[in-house]
Parts: sequence; structure tokens; C-alpha cells
Amino acid sequence: MKPMPFDYARATDVPDALAALADAEAGVRVMAGGQSLVPMLNLRLATFPRVVDISKVAELRERGETADAVTLGACVTHGEIEDGEAPEPAAGLMRHVASGIAYRAVRNRGTIGGSASLADASADWVTTLLALGARFVIRGPDGEREVAAPDMFLAPYFTAMTDQELLVRIVVPKTSRDATWGYYKVTRRSGEYGLTIGAVILDPARDRASVVLGAASRTPLACTATAAALRGAPRWTDALEAALRVAVAEDLARGDRPFEPHEAIMVETTILRAATQALGVS
Amino acid sequence: MKVSFTLNGEAITADVEPRTSLADLVRGEHRCTSVHLGCEHGVCGACTVLIDGKIARSCITLAVALDGTAVTTLEGFEGDALMDRLREAFRAHHGLQCGYCTPGMLITAHDLIRRKGALSEAALRQGLAGNICRCTGYAGIVAAVAAAMDEHGDTARAAAIAAE
Ligand SMILES: Cc1cc2nc3c(=O)[nH]c(=O)nc-3n(C[C@H](O)[C@H](O)[C@H](O)COP(=O)(O)OP(=O)(O)OC[C@H]3O[C@@H](n4cnc5c(N)ncnc54)[C@H](O)[C@@H]3O)c2cc1C
Ligand code: FES
Ligand code: FES
Repeated sequence: MKPMPFDYARATDVPDALAALADAEAGVRVMAGGQSLVPMLNLRLATFPRVVDISKVAELRERGETADAVTLGACVTHGEIEDGEAPEPAAGLMRHVASGIAYRAVRNRGTIGGSASLADASADWVTTLLALGARFVIRGPDGEREVAAPDMFLAPYFTAMTDQELLVRIVVPKTSRDATWGYYKVTRRSGEYGLTIGAVILDPARDRASVVLGAASRTPLACTATAAALRGAPRWTDALEAALRVAVAEDLARGDRPFEPHEAIMVETTILRAATQALGVS
Repeated sequence: MKVSFTLNGEAITADVEPRTSLADLVRGEHRCTSVHLGCEHGVCGACTVLIDGKIARSCITLAVALDGTAVTTLEGFEGDALMDRLREAFRAHHGLQCGYCTPGMLITAHDLIRRKGALSEAALRQGLAGNICRCTGYAGIVAAVAAAMDEHGDTARAAAIAAE
């Protein structure tokens, strides 16, 4: 038994969980899959007087689909997304990303909402949801509000949510059917958090390209110059590659920290490999 | 705090502190000594069990969160044909030395074969990547799992991997 003692309660619904969070002095933490929270408790990196389990709340387990978006309850697990037990908005990108998070035994309990709420800068969903332009539906004492991905992840382990709020669901816009994507994660051992992550989504039918560099800085970096260079590019050419290298350097210069030369090479390679994958070059 | 679930098919009710992990409860109170603790933060896989038929880390699962579930440790696989085959294959292919990682490896491999049938060696290694072994160097484990895959699907491919 490793953690400090704490109380445990199971929330029956969202209002129940919000009531538990309402008292800022009580030090209540919600637990979704517990796959980050319990390791933190075990290592005594964190201690909380009271843990409120939200993993069984029916509303947080819902998933839905409209013509142009997929909605995922905060407590949908990585494993359910991997297995296609949730609608897929982006031509298989989310299923692919889910299958590369940690290990199956962790994916069976860890949730997309827990990942987004924790906001580890290296987390796969943080990068992916930014690339997909997701919106986060957050409920608190003052009702419900929606936060767009770029405004959600403010710093490592720091989101737009207050401690009295709960992430209820995530709305992911659908890409067009023939959108393509690339996702390249550098790890020393498969299943670890990425050292760097490159996510590229190309949607020519909507004249949209999106490129995000994850894990390499304090928050994922939207690589707008690289995305502009890729938008409408029909295929991989030497000229495109040269343009992309210039664009990546421009994007990195806007990052929140300078990159050592060896890191710059690693992140450039990560982004270029994701781009070649998205363009169908293997 | 009271919690009730089935452990290897038997209904149990335990009175535990909320901070008690599933691993500590089943090992300490119910003598399920196949549940090994290596890292206690989710990385090594030695504590892998089934919760409602899905593999999970018992070191980072709170026992109190499991009310109404069905928990299976390696002890609960007695008489399971696929598990018997895996055990025999681990013996035949030198899939273990000290045995510390073995229960977690067996449960993870069982889940992998059940969900995926036959796998390429790369996919098999990927599927086992969450289970650390400090002894074998993995070659014997991979060969054993490939051999046990045999009767589940692609015989030729499994045999080729086992022969490597
Ligand atoms: C060995 C291991 C390897 C891993 N590798 C990876 C990896 O490669 N990539 C990756 O992305 N992740 C990885 N993870 C993390 C994993 O994905 C976790 O499941 C995830 O980060 C947290 O999800 P959870 O549901 O378990 O959240 P919990 O651990 O329950 O909660 C995490 C935090 O979020 C808060 N929270 C949870 N849900 C909500 C909500 N709805 N509203 C408000 N706050 C909430 C909690 O209070 C807590 O502070 C790994 C974990 C382990 C143990
Ligand atoms: S002891 Fe549970 S994963 Fe290592
Ligand atoms: S056999 Fe010793 S750790 Fe795997």
C-alpha cells in the first residue's frame, strides 16, 4: 500500500461530481481511469484528501455522431476508441493513435477525458485533439462552456478548466472521407510517452491542412507554416521537401523554447515522416 | 470501506482502505500470489489481471473501485485450454527463467491471442511491450507465444516465428 490515506466516493452523475468539487478547500480530485492519478498517488507525487470516481457516470460514457462531428464522453477509454467502439471522425487517425497509447492493460482503463484534463505535454490525445481542432465541453458551478483546443492546453498539466469544473465531453469535427493523415511518435520503447510526436492531417476536399508537433515543448506547437506548405500539395517532391524544411524551421522558431541542434533534427524528421505518411509515401 | 466482487469466480466482500490497490488486496488477503508487483506504477506489467474480461494493471487499480466486477488472476485460468497451451509453450521454448514476469506475460499473451488470433512477430512484440522481463531477453517468450498462437490461426507463420 503506497499512497497516503484518502477517502473514496463514486459519483452517480455529473451534478453529483460537481457538488463534490464545489468546495475548493476540500481538496477533492476526480478519478477517471486512474491510470495517471493512481501512479501519482502511489509515488506520492500527489496527495488528495478525497477521490471521487467518475468512471461509471453514464453521461460521461456516451458517444454520438452528427453529420459533421463526433462526440466522445470524457470517460470513453483509449481501448474503446482503438476497438472502434466509438465513431471515428478522421479516417482512422483516432483509432490509430489510441492503439499506440501505453499498453493494452492501461488503455482498457485510461480515458480520453482524463488524458485531456491532465494535459501532459507529451500525451498523444493532447497533440491529436489540437490537430483535429477539437472542442472541449466543460461544466462547472456556472453551467456549461465550450473551449476550443488551442485555448484548452495552456501549459504542462495546466488547462483552461478550474478545479471546480469537469470535462464532460469532447467534440471532434469530422474530416472529409478522403482526408489522409500521418502520425509519427518517437519513443525508446513502444507504449511510452513520445519524445516527439508529429501529427499531420491533409484534407484537400476542404482545402485544409493541419500540422502539430507534440511532446517537444511546453505545449503542442501548431506548425502553421508547415501546414501552409503542405496545403494542396498533390504529392511528395524534392521541391516540397525543401519548402517543408524551411517551413519547419520557421515554426520551430515560434516555439516556446529554443531547440538544441540535435533536437531540431529529431523534430524536423518527426514532422517530415508524418507528412510523407499523410501523402502516401512510405 | 466495503467492496464486493468475484475473484476467480468466487464472490468476495472485503473491507479495505480506499488506498488499497487491487494487487495488495488479492495477494495479501486472498493468496493470489501469481499477482507480482514490480514497479507499482503501471510500467512493468507483472501485476496484470483481468477485470470483466479485460486486462488491467492491478497495481494502479483501486480495490474500492471494483464493486460488482469480475476479477481473474492467473489462478483463475485453471482448465483454460489456451492458457494450458501457453504454459506448455513457455516451458518448451524457455519463456521463463526466474518467473517474476511470467504471470503477467501469460495473461497478456492470452488476451493478445484471443483478440487478434495470429500476429506477425513485430505485432506480437509490440503487444508484449508493456511487460518487462529482466531475465530471458524476450526471444524465448516471443517463440512461446508464437507457438501457442498456432492452433488459433495462421499455423505456418507461427511455426516460422517459433523456429527463429
Ligand atoms: C505505463 C503507462 C504508460 C503511459 N503511456 C502513455 C502514452 O504513451 N501516451 C499517453 O498519452 N498517455 C500515456 N499514459 C497515460 C494514460 O493515457 C492515462 O490513461 C491518461 O493520461 C489519464 O487518463 P485517466 O482516465 O487514467 O485519468 P486519471 O488518472 O483518472 O486522471 C488524470 C487527471 O485528470 C483529472 N481528470 C480525469 N478526468 C477528468 C474530467 N472528466 N474532468 C476533469 N478532470 C479530470 C484527474 O483529476 C487527474 O488529475 C500512460 C500511463 C501509464 C500508466
Ligand atoms: S507492478 Fe503493476 S505494472 Fe508494474
Ligand atoms: S523470467 Fe525473470 S523477469 Fe522474466
